Amino acid sequence: MGVSESYERGRDLFQSNPIGFVLGLAVVILVLDMVRKLVTGDVTVARFGLVLKAGVMRGMVIGLAGIGLSLTYSILNFANFAHGDYLTSGAFSGMAVSYLIAGNFGRDASIGALLLVGTGGSVFGGALGVGAVTAPVAVLAGLIVAGVATIGLTLLVDRYVFKPIRDRSGITLLITSIGVAFVLRYLILFVFGGSKRGVTAEQPSLSVGVPGGAVEIGTHDVALFVVAGVLMAGIHLLLQNTKLGKAMRAMSDNEDLARVTGIPTERVVRYTWIIGGGLTGVAGYMFVLWKGTLGFFDGWLLLLLVFAAVILGGIGSIYGAIVGGLVIGITFSMAPIWIPSAFGRAAAFVVMIVILIVKPEGIFGGTSTA
Amino acid sequence: MSDATDSQGLAGRLWGRDPVKVLALLAVIYAVYIALGLAIGFEIRGQINSIATLTFYIGVFGIMALALNLHWGYTGLFNIGIVGFMAIGIYTMAVVSKPAAETASQVGGLGAPLWVGMLAGMVAAAVLGLLVALPALRLRADYLAIVTIAFSEIVRFTLLSRTFQEFRIGDRTIGLGGGSGLLLPFNPLQSFLDVTRLNVLQDALVGLAEPIIGGNADAVINSFLYGVLLLVIVAIYYVVLTRIGRSPFGRVLKAIREDEDATKALGKDTNVVKTKAFMLGCALMGLGGVLWYMQSGAITPNTFRPRLTFFIWIALIIGGAGSNTGSVMGGAVFAAALFQGPRYLQNLVESAVEVDAPSNFAGAVAPIFDSLSVNPFLFYVIDNVRQLQLVFMGLVLIWLMHNRPSGMLGHRKEAAASVSLTRRPAGQTTAADGGRPGAGGGDGDE
Repeated sequence: MGVSESYERGRDLFQSNPIGFVLGLAVVILVLDMVRKLVTGDVTVARFGLVLKAGVMRGMVIGLAGIGLSLTYSILNFANFAHGDYLTSGAFSGMAVSYLIAGNFGRDASIGALLLVGTGGSVFGGALGVGAVTAPVAVLAGLIVAGVATIGLTLLVDRYVFKPIRDRSGITLLITSIGVAFVLRYLILFVFGGSKRGVTAEQPSLSVGVPGGAVEIGTHDVALFVVAGVLMAGIHLLLQNTKLGKAMRAMSDNEDLARVTGIPTERVVRYTWIIGGGLTGVAGYMFVLWKGTLGFFDGWLLLLLVFAAVILGGIGSIYGAIVGGLVIGITFSMAPIWIPSAFGRAAAFVVMIVILIVKPEGIFGGTSTA
Repeated sequence: MSDATDSQGLAGRLWGRDPVKVLALLAVIYAVYIALGLAIGFEIRGQINSIATLTFYIGVFGIMALALNLHWGYTGLFNIGIVGFMAIGIYTMAVVSKPAAETASQVGGLGAPLWVGMLAGMVAAAVLGLLVALPALRLRADYLAIVTIAFSEIVRFTLLSRTFQEFRIGDRTIGLGGGSGLLLPFNPLQSFLDVTRLNVLQDALVGLAEPIIGGNADAVINSFLYGVLLLVIVAIYYVVLTRIGRSPFGRVLKAIREDEDATKALGKDTNVVKTKAFMLGCALMGLGGVLWYMQSGAITPNTFRPRLTFFIWIALIIGGAGSNTGSVMGGAVFAAALFQGPRYLQNLVESAVEVDAPSNFAGAVAPIFDSLSVNPFLFYVIDNVRQLQLVFMGLVLIWLMHNRPSGMLGHRKEAAASVSLTRRPAGQTTAADGGRPGAGGGDGDE
């Protein structure tokens, strides 16, 4: 390909989508600058690896939670502000069970302290040995309960809060979901207490030597990666290969059309909550297992990042949610290389705002629930 | 009309007037609070204090709900970044008006007069509103919501960050104070009273109160006067916003709320109008933030969390979006019943019985199973009223959206027309406007 030809192509690209072109250029410049920093040693390979790993891990959590948000956003047509507190609910319910099992059902500490996840420092996860290697049964049971309990919660909330006003506008539902978020978050605070607590014990990890230090890969990094990966693959197969998946895609495209075609829309809505709630609960549990601390505000803090991921990927697209989650997670973790670390979260929001302005339908936009 | 129904008609007409409704509501609220205060056994000092606090919150929530009503009720702009604009207002005001730092370690300000700072706060909030509006106003309502709340969080991160904690301009050290916040050495009430020569009244009140409530009466009287001042500002907001709502500009706003495409088709530049309305609302929110916090002595960034935004939204929804009267009444009901009410009840209970609350939920629940004793649980509830009141607010919000989505006054949205759209059968007057004749008939709703 000659120089003039590629120049022509570049000019065409610029003319067809100038803002996208500028954005692409910005990304290329940042990548090149990253390479320069690595070569000159401004940023060691070890730090780069560590930051990238943290970003991917956080991205997996955001992506997993984002699938649920994206499905309900496109099928029920509203932005659910209670989604962050579904994450928190999953984390607390799962951790309560993990504590209970790791604490031998009250033999190591009082049942109350275990079920309240050590409220007020009454018992510590580290002392109980909560972790994927030190207490695999506790973690597996916690994982399952986190999913099941959150499914139950979302169905309950849907039945009594969202279903009676299903036919109202998306904004009405959005405002209502803010009410749900308040109720859930502060009930959790009321029951479990407000302290931010450590919940896991030290787990074995693998140290990979790279120039400038080492990148540590812990058990919970692997656990999070495997769980999230398996669930993402599963949801892909479900949506592509089953009748339910087809019905969900049809509903997010056009609800009225789906109904006259004979799709039982209420049943599809219920399955949407089941899938979304389950994934969200598991995401919440894996998130606290991975970062090792638990507080009643965790889900709410993650919510805006999840929104960012979903909008970035395009509402209704589960691949969009996954890719968006990774982009947002990596942005969040990598931004402190260039800007003060207080602005990592802000950088992720800016990416979202820019996407909303430039390409409101998202990168995978147009293809609903596929 | 016969004589028998005449007095009834007069009462009805009186009740049809919105200021009467607001005053009646305030009277009921104050009566309940005073009665509760007597039940608690407050001294007169405590009574005035609690009334002053209540008045303060009625004032600030009224102001904020009115400003939000311009965005959501009139124009249909779904702004959930209110705290961001409030924070910009008060922080700008602080930086502009704080006196220069005396020692190098202190964070000072530019030392401008108070009113310059307040104006600067409003302008800064409006300019940042423009910054948000330029890209975001053409987005769908739910996208605008997410952009504004993300923006308000970015504002909070900026205030928290060490980068802007302090910097030097010339020989002055100014800054935003980072996580530890800023001290606000202002006494806005005194400055205002001195300028308007109302300090005579203040002295008289203090002199009057001194024998009854004892020494240091001026602190109590001052906090009461600040509340009254806020109520006056609510009235000013109300008048200004109502006038704007009735103006041709206001009608375009309402038309945009109903159908933006149709408004565009009629030749209105909706983007410009929306941007103006958004900036104006942001300026009013900035001023609201200044009035809320300027006399509090200090501010920290984490005051400006999104839940404050949702408080103001609940206030507006209680009153009914689209109506200025509703905004004021919603602000008052929210402040009295949902915001201050539970804390007041907590005081009431704590003064009546010795509350010996368990330290956590397990200690509260276990006695129910062990000895069927519910007291520890009730004590735990009383002790944690501040958390439970947020649960209650959430429930109220859900209930309102289910049952009264247009607020306590019912449907009050003003029509986007200068003439009444309700058909009047010959010889009868419509109930909605109390039958006021003449050109103002169409505005009878407000």
